[in-house]
Amino acid sequence: MSTATVVPEFVRRTSFIELDARSRAEMLMDAGTGRELVGPFERIESPWLPEQGIAPQSDDGCVVIKGQIGGKPAVVVALEGGFQAGSMGEVSGAKMTAALDLAARDSQNGKKTAAVLLLETGGVRLQEANLGLAVIAEVIGSLLVLRQHAPIITVIAGTVGCFGGMSLVAGLSSYVVMTPEARLGLNGAEVIEQESGIEEFDSTDRALIWAINGGEQRVGMGLADELVEDNAAKIAVAVRKYVEAGLPRAHRSQQVELYRERIDALDVSQQIDPLSLRSSWDTAKKSGGAR
Amino acid sequence: MSFQVGLRGKAWFRALTGADSPRAGDPGSVLTSDVALGKDSARFLCVVPNPQARFPCVRKGEVGLEEAYTLAKRIREVVEQDENQKKRPIIAIVDVKSQAYGRREETAGIFLAAAASADAYATARMKGHPIITLVVGQAISGGFLTHGYQANRILAFDDASVVIHAMHKEAAARITLRTVADLERLGHEILPMSYDIRDYAKLGLLHKLLHVENPDNPAPATVGQVRDALILAVDDVRAGTTDLSNRFNSEAARQTRLAGLTARARMEAEWATA
Repeated sequence: MSTATVVPEFVRRTSFIELDARSRAEMLMDAGTGRELVGPFERIESPWLPEQGIAPQSDDGCVVIKGQIGGKPAVVVALEGGFQAGSMGEVSGAKMTAALDLAARDSQNGKKTAAVLLLETGGVRLQEANLGLAVIAEVIGSLLVLRQHAPIITVIAGTVGCFGGMSLVAGLSSYVVMTPEARLGLNGAEVIEQESGIEEFDSTDRALIWAINGGEQRVGMGLADELVEDNAAKIAVAVRKYVEAGLPRAHRSQQVELYRERIDALDVSQQIDPLSLRSSWDTAKKSGGAR
Repeated sequence: MSFQVGLRGKAWFRALTGADSPRAGDPGSVLTSDVALGKDSARFLCVVPNPQARFPCVRKGEVGLEEAYTLAKRIREVVEQDENQKKRPIIAIVDVKSQAYGRREETAGIFLAAAASADAYATARMKGHPIITLVVGQAISGGFLTHGYQANRILAFDDASVVIHAMHKEAAARITLRTVADLERLGHEILPMSYDIRDYAKLGLLHKLLHVENPDNPAPATVGQVRDALILAVDDVRAGTTDLSNRFNSEAARQTRLAGLTARARMEAEWATA
């Protein structure tokens, strides 16, 4: 393609990253099918933030929309990265858990309902500390019930990324879609630097962070399924494809022996080069790691 | 505080199982033992410090890549063996300061390792294995999500050294732009931020707080008391559901998690008509 055709498309496209959580969720739904549940006008807010002088948000940063995707029943749960970095609190956690439980109930009753999770989150909301960690454990429990019946599709678009306890939720998902602007990992670089020192991880080294946590790397090493550019229409196509695909033969988090062997094979006498790891795991993926 | 995180876990694993060495081929940090518990044979699991660990950032008892995948393997083994028979209880003894904070771990996808272990625990629970977590020391953050937080029932010692929390004080202070002193003060005012296990108990997540004498040095009578509590918890699981709803339906949760319960009730009502 010539530059002349590439630039106009890039300019014309609708960015997904620039949309807020509600708009992201809405645009994944088949037109006219989506209905928001426990929306902002019901004002179920965090009771813990005002006590700390922090303004709550009337949807607690979690948007739940039930409807159809590609003609199939689905629920989208979107975390708002712009509110407390998408962190999980008592209310946002309860909304996500309840949505997953209800999708599981419908699925068990014959109406298979996929869940699409838009994860822009730093993990636990530290102002609700123990309830934040507890709701993540409950989200995991509910997700695994639903996953027996219908696929869980996680989209990490950016710019917050998906970190902390919620990275486990990505790890447990049937499919993970990422953009090149998205990051995925358990511990952010700042936390590693604080806990283990700057020799372990220099959190100002942006290139290193992207080489390890970036969407291109996570998809390249087989820990996420598809890299899609920041284009709302293309992300919607990818999500529809995975809703349509149904359950994979095996979930990544069930492939314990494959990953145990890979970890055993690592040379850990020095830091691991992300690019070499990508090519060795990619090869392994083609020769038997495929799901 | 215990002298070193993880040592109390090891002491209790030894006291309850009579064993303290890993299975052949497993890392030194994961202890597995099958012993009688009441009428059952139960699988006990524990993550302990291993100063010789291959990965440098797990040597103080953190839960890393090898720990998480080994837990997943040892849990799935029980699930497979019991496919067509009575489901054995799995007991997670927890004294972990955190997940591993290392670059090697991030590069190799520790998030997936943690997910694999949580998956194995939850799968066992859904298949009917009673999963009981016994918190004897610390249960912090991703370490607890990986090892213990998917249990049907959580028991903890009523002891000042026992801490269940989302993050260490120092790390939490930096991330929330507060001082450690501020955080401690807030912990006394804001229930879910407290580092006190008795405050944690008010959230309704715990099945029981166990009052034990001298938890650093388990005496035979105390071990018997704890074993009895585990047996009762297993019976309680078998009489109930395989999900985690007991946590938010508990009497304490009805007091302290009212906002979340309201959100849940509304979601159920609106779902039916959407």
